[in-house]
Amino acid sequence: MTGSDLLLQLDGVSMQYGRGETAITALAGVDLSVRRGELVAVMGASGSGKSTLLTLAGGLTPPTAGEVVVEGHWLSQLSARELATLRRRSLGFVFQDFNLIPSLTALENVSLPLELDGWTSKKAHRPALDALNIVELGDRAQHFPSDLSGGQQQRVAIARAVVGGRSLILADEPTGALDSTTGELVLRRLRSRVDAGAGGILVTHDARHAAWADRIVFLRDGRIVDESQASAVSSLLSGLPA
Amino acid sequence: MSVRQSLLAILNQGPCYGYQLRAEFDRRTGSTWPLNVGQIYNTLDRLERDGLVQKADIDADGQNYVEITDAGRTEVAEWLGSPVVRTMATRDELAIKLAIAVTLPGVDIAQVIQVQRTATMRTLQELTRTKNATADPESAEQLAWLLVVDSLIFAAEAEARWLDHSEHRLARARAAGLAKPLPLNTAVPKRGRPAKTVQASA
Repeated sequence: MTGSDLLLQLDGVSMQYGRGETAITALAGVDLSVRRGELVAVMGASGSGKSTLLTLAGGLTPPTAGEVVVEGHWLSQLSARELATLRRRSLGFVFQDFNLIPSLTALENVSLPLELDGWTSKKAHRPALDALNIVELGDRAQHFPSDLSGGQQQRVAIARAVVGGRSLILADEPTGALDSTTGELVLRRLRSRVDAGAGGILVTHDARHAAWADRIVFLRDGRIVDESQASAVSSLLSGLPA
Repeated sequence: MSVRQSLLAILNQGPCYGYQLRAEFDRRTGSTWPLNVGQIYNTLDRLERDGLVQKADIDADGQNYVEITDAGRTEVAEWLGSPVVRTMATRDELAIKLAIAVTLPGVDIAQVIQVQRTATMRTLQELTRTKNATADPESAEQLAWLLVVDSLIFAAEAEARWLDHSEHRLARARAAGLAKPLPLNTAVPKRGRPAKTVQASA
């Protein structure tokens, strides 16, 4: 494992809203790292700090204490413009409600982050189509979100999150609006993308979906209280029969 | 215990000998529930005693075949047509552990729940990783294996959800002042053999 494998590092990160007696501590001294090829699930009750953690990891808000480091860049050292560029090029977000633009096709939705980064539409379409193929939706590239099922829309959102070699996927309850089987399909795509060299944080309250992660961290009152790391080989079951 | 009925259901397809029956059970359950051959023969003995199977031919290799009887076929049909009745949830070891723990002084119940949650999630991760080997079954044996793995995954998930629920319930109870330890109740009427008392000497 080399330093370049480290995609994200939260170092003693705290987040406090408000001041004085009415201040609310959402995160308190959290240390967390995500390496290439690693999917980390974050679980915890409502108000435990899960979404705040994701917001800070994505550089959407600076922490009140501690450091966030994305691909070796200390976010606190970056200008607003540099931070925006880093977010566009390195980070992909997946939300519960997909957040696709209804008037754009699947291909255009996936191309959008590249075009915002100055790519021409024509040039952006190639990697966008590659990303759609990864989530097995290449044949739906010209469909609008309203023509796609919930599971397909979420796969488009995953394609958008990884397009153009963006390596860190930050997913907030990405399966929350999907039925059990479709949610599993989306997780399988996310997992295979991570296995192919990305890294990810998956915020979820769903134990079965969190289990797709390599590590699960448990938040309570803004602190990591425990962590579960699966062994590579199951002690419970023999593998798939031939 | 469904081993007995499972073996009987397999025999409903035709006569089998002991090792063959074990192999059939194995491949139909994805080797998720290994049986030793001693269990197979013990079960066959009991099935024969109950008139559900009977001895059949011995082949050239000396294998003793067993075949199902009419009563056995009826039992198979009844088994497939009736629900599996679960053990009472209140006898679940984990539920009892939490129920006792919440009544004890000095126990951090949130920590007890978290320790269990971490273990449950690790189990769930291992099962998911094992299952991740395939998206869709490509044979009847793989389908059987996946059904068993899915059932273990859903059971672990249910336990994780129950732990979350218990944590919320305890938080509410604590806020309402209900989550207090129970001291030993000395006022309970005594039953059973009374303790010997030493007679004061006159």
